[in-house]
Amino acid sequence: MGESLIELKNINKTFDANTVVVEDFSLEVKKGEFITFLGPSGCGKTTILRMLGGFELPTSGQILLNGEDISNLPPNKRPINTVFQKYALFPHLNVYDNVAFGLKLKKMPKAEQDDKVKRALEIVDLEGFEKRDISTLSGGQQQRIAIARAIVNEPEVLLLDEPLSALDYKMRKEMQIELKSMHKKLGITFIFVTHDQEEALTMSDKIVVMADGEIQQIGTPEEIYNEPKNLFVADFIGESNIFKGTMTGDKLVRFCGAQFECVDDYKKGMVIDAVIRPEDIVITTPENGKITGTVLSSDFKGTFYIVVVQSGKNEIEIHNLKHFEPGTKVGLNIDPDNIHIIPYDMTINHYDGRLSALNEEGMVTVQFEDFALNADPVKIYAAMGINAHISEDGMALLDENDVQLSVEGLLVDASFAPSDAQMSDNAEAGVVTGNIISFIYVDDHYRYTVRSKSEEDYIVNDEDLWNQGDYVSVMIPEDKVTYEIIEEQ
Amino acid sequence: MKGNWFSRKQLAIPYIMFLILFVVLPLIVVLYYAFTDGDGNVSFENFLHFFQNGKTVGTLVYSVIIALITTVVCLLIAYPVAYILAKGSFCGKHAFLMLFVLPMWINFTLRITAMKEILTVIEGNLAYYQFFNTILCMVYDFLPFMILPLYNTLTKLDKSLIEAAHDLGADKVQVFFKVVLPLSVPGIISGVTMVFLPSMTNYVVLDMIYNSTYIMGSLIGSYFSAYDWHNGSVISIILLAMIFVVTMISNRFTDGDDASAERARRL
Repeated sequence: MGESLIELKNINKTFDANTVVVEDFSLEVKKGEFITFLGPSGCGKTTILRMLGGFELPTSGQILLNGEDISNLPPNKRPINTVFQKYALFPHLNVYDNVAFGLKLKKMPKAEQDDKVKRALEIVDLEGFEKRDISTLSGGQQQRIAIARAIVNEPEVLLLDEPLSALDYKMRKEMQIELKSMHKKLGITFIFVTHDQEEALTMSDKIVVMADGEIQQIGTPEEIYNEPKNLFVADFIGESNIFKGTMTGDKLVRFCGAQFECVDDYKKGMVIDAVIRPEDIVITTPENGKITGTVLSSDFKGTFYIVVVQSGKNEIEIHNLKHFEPGTKVGLNIDPDNIHIIPYDMTINHYDGRLSALNEEGMVTVQFEDFALNADPVKIYAAMGINAHISEDGMALLDENDVQLSVEGLLVDASFAPSDAQMSDNAEAGVVTGNIISFIYVDDHYRYTVRSKSEEDYIVNDEDLWNQGDYVSVMIPEDKVTYEIIEEQ
Repeated sequence: MKGNWFSRKQLAIPYIMFLILFVVLPLIVVLYYAFTDGDGNVSFENFLHFFQNGKTVGTLVYSVIIALITTVVCLLIAYPVAYILAKGSFCGKHAFLMLFVLPMWINFTLRITAMKEILTVIEGNLAYYQFFNTILCMVYDFLPFMILPLYNTLTKLDKSLIEAAHDLGADKVQVFFKVVLPLSVPGIISGVTMVFLPSMTNYVVLDMIYNSTYIMGSLIGSYFSAYDWHNGSVISIILLAMIFVVTMISNRFTDGDDASAERARRL
């Protein structure tokens, strides 16, 4: 791969002042690469593509093409062409005039136009369709014309905005292969947007996994699949079993009630999430397995069976070529290579708040952005190793030497474990409300991310299945919250 | 089928009755009068009478000219208005659209009376600019009928087509002439149909501001009020023929287009 062609530098995009769509997006695209933006709908992948095409302008940041800043150039001044999601073919023009649209604007001689249109139609396998009306073409044919219309201009970069999403399964498979070979033939840079992980894995040289307007991971399809950087990527790309565990020694990890060898080296005692692909778990006899369990179900999926095994509290999904009768006792083994360890994110559920003045009971209210909690200031100082007590008049907090400690306005960091928080669909039940933006299945429960109106995220564990987008309130038990003083005033 | 109270055929009866009573029968009556003389004999005398009379042919030409100019002026005013309304994103857009549509809710003779009063105040004597005043009142009367179909077509215009044209190298002017204008043809046709045909026969405007009858519609009225059914019917037939021709032409234009054209035409 040659030198870098496009550079995106710290791109931010916000709509209506406070909706952040893309956050601090930086990326380098090399000449001739096939790069895919992959993510769930609403993750900002299309917005990035539209900024590259010139249909949206970044709120801040720079887009460089061959080292030149093109951030504010209109679409017609960029050597970039787009294949739109719903093709956007001009219904009042025939195939020839659609494909030649860009060439005519360049005032190219007619003979040259004819020649280029003919070649573009050959590339997309629709020779002789020049005179056809757009409305007489099938979806797949329209798709090809849209590609021909874009590549006939010989752009340096071709942007494809979910171009295959409107096609049926078989057609889509076919077009994936054709697009890939077209990319090889043309040698230009393809930037492809999709929410279909299989499509991304099949076609790309490099995948950019996005969620929430941020890059989660950049890598080759193999890297993304085999070495997911975080739980989101592990969960979004392919099927995954996720178990919570701890490092028990040098390249040793414990989860599901057993110890396993692994290839990742982390500190002993560290809390981790272990990610194991369903096809990487080997089913054997109970005596030979590290984990034992009972088969719950076994469903035929064409090329394999989905076998679900209950082991202790955990439900483990396995893709296996053989069928197992439900109720069978089995043993499970996992190769060290196939255990992917992701350090457990300890930064979750941390919120900054300020203390109020002492009330009559010697307690304080801690005010956070979204909610307020009652807390005991003596306990807050105790966590710092300061033995505090309330003065006799109840007006001040004093340390061992009767020196007054600051209370009102004190900035603290509050944290609580996802397992201590609870969710309810009763908006009044909790201290903060928001919508579930994502969830993953870990061990025997779901781990939900609830986003409040002020864009704070709350991680909550729950055994029940909720839906993405559900409006819930989060209950935070006051006795389970630990405080740390950030600064003294 | 069980559960259906009436069959399709039974449900069609009231409409068929209506069509027979108010469309087919009157048409037959008009045709009968147009092609017969006073004694009930078949004759083309009435048509000859119409086309040999300089005054009636003059009225026909005058009507067509007024209708043409009204249509063109309406189109020139309505297109930019509809375009700004459809594509712009300023606040109060709907209020702005209402301002143009609101007069439609007032009886048009009232509107014309109001216009007449305003013009009298401005011009003093309406006799000076007869033609101008006629066109002005007609445009005032028919403008909403041009704006609405155009607005509808333009709002339904797929934004990605405009983006695609930009993407392929067209600047704003080229996008307009190569994509927006051709794709709004169905709206233009339906607007033109809705303005041109009625303005050719709309004698009330002329009648109210000048008490004059030099327009096709009023000619029919004047014959009928003199109990000359034959000549009046001839003019009706001529108008009907013209409407038929215009509709055929506009259908020809919109036939090749897609569903959006279909929708625009039904407006």
